[in-house]
Amino acid sequence: MSWRTLGLRLGGLVISLLVASLLIFLATNALPGDIAQVILGTNASLGEVDALRERLGLNRPLGTRYVEWLAGVLRGDFGTSMIGQRHDVVSQIAPRLGVSLWLVGLAMVLAVLIALPLGAFAAVRRRHVSGFVASAVAQIGLSIPAFWAAIWLVVLFAVTLRWLPATNYVSSPDDVGQWALHLVLPVTSLAIVQASILSRYVRSAVIEVLGEDWFRTARSVGWSTWGALLRHGSRNIAISLLTVIGLQLSTLLVGAIIIEQVFALPGLGSRLIMAVNQRDLVVVQAIVLLLVWAVLVINFIVDFTYQLVDPRLRRVEATS
Amino acid sequence: MEARRPRRLVAAWLCLMASAAVALTACSRPEQPSPNEPVVLNIGATLEPEGLDPSTVNGAGTPFVLLYNVYETLVRIDGEGEIQPLLARDYTLSEDRTVYTFNLDGKAKFASDAPVTADAVVTSFERAMGDEGTSQVRGKMEVVDSVTAVDDDTVQVTLKEPSNEWLYNVAGPAGIIYDPAGMDTLNEEPAGSGPFAFGEWQTGQFVKLVRNERYWGTGPRVDEVFFRYYADPNAMNTAMLSGQLDIISNLTVPQSIDQFSDTSRFTVTEGTTDGEVVLGFNHDNEALAQLPVRQAINHAIDRQALVESVWGGKGVLIGSMVAPTDPWFEDLSDTYPFDQDKARTLLTEAGYASGLTLRLRVPNTVPYAPPAARFIAAQLAEVGVTVKVDELDFASWLKEVYTAGDYDMSIVAHVEPHDISNFANPEYYWHYDNPEFAALIEKADEGPVDEEVPLMKEAARMLADDAAADWLFLLPNLVITTTEVSGLQKNATSLAFDLTTVATNR
Repeated sequence: MSWRTLGLRLGGLVISLLVASLLIFLATNALPGDIAQVILGTNASLGEVDALRERLGLNRPLGTRYVEWLAGVLRGDFGTSMIGQRHDVVSQIAPRLGVSLWLVGLAMVLAVLIALPLGAFAAVRRRHVSGFVASAVAQIGLSIPAFWAAIWLVVLFAVTLRWLPATNYVSSPDDVGQWALHLVLPVTSLAIVQASILSRYVRSAVIEVLGEDWFRTARSVGWSTWGALLRHGSRNIAISLLTVIGLQLSTLLVGAIIIEQVFALPGLGSRLIMAVNQRDLVVVQAIVLLLVWAVLVINFIVDFTYQLVDPRLRRVEATS
Repeated sequence: MEARRPRRLVAAWLCLMASAAVALTACSRPEQPSPNEPVVLNIGATLEPEGLDPSTVNGAGTPFVLLYNVYETLVRIDGEGEIQPLLARDYTLSEDRTVYTFNLDGKAKFASDAPVTADAVVTSFERAMGDEGTSQVRGKMEVVDSVTAVDDDTVQVTLKEPSNEWLYNVAGPAGIIYDPAGMDTLNEEPAGSGPFAFGEWQTGQFVKLVRNERYWGTGPRVDEVFFRYYADPNAMNTAMLSGQLDIISNLTVPQSIDQFSDTSRFTVTEGTTDGEVVLGFNHDNEALAQLPVRQAINHAIDRQALVESVWGGKGVLIGSMVAPTDPWFEDLSDTYPFDQDKARTLLTEAGYASGLTLRLRVPNTVPYAPPAARFIAAQLAEVGVTVKVDELDFASWLKEVYTAGDYDMSIVAHVEPHDISNFANPEYYWHYDNPEFAALIEKADEGPVDEEVPLMKEAARMLADDAAADWLFLLPNLVITTTEVSGLQKNATSLAFDLTTVATNR
């Protein structure tokens, strides 16, 4: 990729990030009701509501507030929350970001670890019963919503068998073993659907590769099906999977919000729901902004990695 | 050679999966409890504190954890709703009933080892009366004229006018005695004199309390307490069922109570709260301003069937704005028995024989309101009242119903203790203007204690007879514990979740 294309792409990314921040800011400010009244509830006096409006800066023009907010965010200052022992939003969110990233990251890894063998097997053995069974398994996994899987995993492993904990998360520095145990059920319930979706893409990517001329050549010089697939096919498969995995990461980020509720995990998603209920708008804006920006950046990186994996794309751009 | 590579890969993949499983099983091996292990209690709750200083935050989540456990007051409310001594050994009231003299318990000291002195009481009360506190706290201290330390162990509080309610109020968050040494950092580090000290707060997860080793009274029977917070009540039930909780502090989904029917594992206690679920009338509405219409609505609704359908049959009928643990409680639920013929007659008398349309606007964030609204709409339809149900999010409800009064009827639970006095305020969103009632409430508050109960009874009856609202039912206090837990109080009589006598023999 030339420096010029890279610059253009980066410029595009920055503009999308800014537009996203503006939309988020406007949306949170369009929520119904008087925020100050909601925070104070039914027992506050009018004077108190006014004082809080003033303190939150709600009486100042929208434009000024947006610019100040964005400037703060760029300096790493996400503002001050209404709630909690320490009111600084960054210190409230940072530990939760870790929880969500582990949850999403591990779920993605698990999904890939399941999907690759399952999908490849379903492709190679597609004319056999075993391949058909593999496809069917993926089809079933695909139709299970993550929260439903979560509930059943909890009923089975936490309530009935009592092998694994469902809630009361322990953070990793305290006890790594317990931390890992607490992540098993949430990670699994998030990974099931994504593994099934991904395995279908793996299957069709592998089938395509199996029909290529070069693949037949590789077979004819003595490679086994699996050997040729691994030696020569993996890059071709990877390209078609990258987009899917990028999209799935975004889906996982959003799906984690519900899963964190079911397992009472102290991640970004559960904090987001709590903040919405408490009308703690500074926190709502911060978390939504982080999630949206993460999705935009993931997409950008996926675009970019194509060219790393596929040398042909690099060459085409260089000659043009 | 090459053909074997995938086998190796498959083998590696299987190894990876298997070792992960083994590692996790190893972790999950239950630890052997040792005799020196601290006794830990895990309590599930749904309402998390918004801050740690009960005088600067409004939410009920803060006193729930801290009151009577970490913080103490001069007097406290016991499980029967009676006032009992706590930091004050006893108190006397002057002849004109405006001067309270409290004699502090000489043994009382804060967790910091400093004694609870009359000066600490003066500082705490002055703080509650000052600008720092919320209007709730300030409002409860408004009647106070002055607070003085007579000597180290004696405090004199002079009221502007006699008030029985004031003594009751200082048994709550408004009357907390703070350690003057920790006064500047109360939101980070609560400083009180209770049987527990504050441990840590992980927002969105738990608040941890630890035994106060220096407690001046009879110490608690557990070493550590975790209040664990669940945004989703089903997640809380799951935690209880899977053995991760010892107590569910209040079950907010009574329909799920059957999950805990295994009596060898769980004990279910059904007590009362201060939460009256009120079908409120807007008395500015032309039709609802007429007594026969309000009476007709009261007659037309089968409240027992409503509780069965909406709240799993849990919750008692009350008939007025008084909780069963208040000393002036009377069962007035029979004032308007379910009688739809009577309702139709009353409506005809009032001139609404041809029908009447009312808007019932309810917040959709409280689980009982929308189903109750639909139930009521169906029953009122049978007597010729068309009810238009409108569900709003809580913010819009506050703005349009509570503040602007743009509604005919609404449903919400009023959970503050002694909130019957809201009916004496014509500005309150019901716009109920009854000077006779307001005079009674004032007289009860200012008069001698032995006259308070009969006067309050009269006031409650007046509300019921006037059908000022329809009191649908009282929210139950549904506490689930494992069979090992004992010593919890049955009824929620204060804002505190009192842990002073809780024990577990696990």
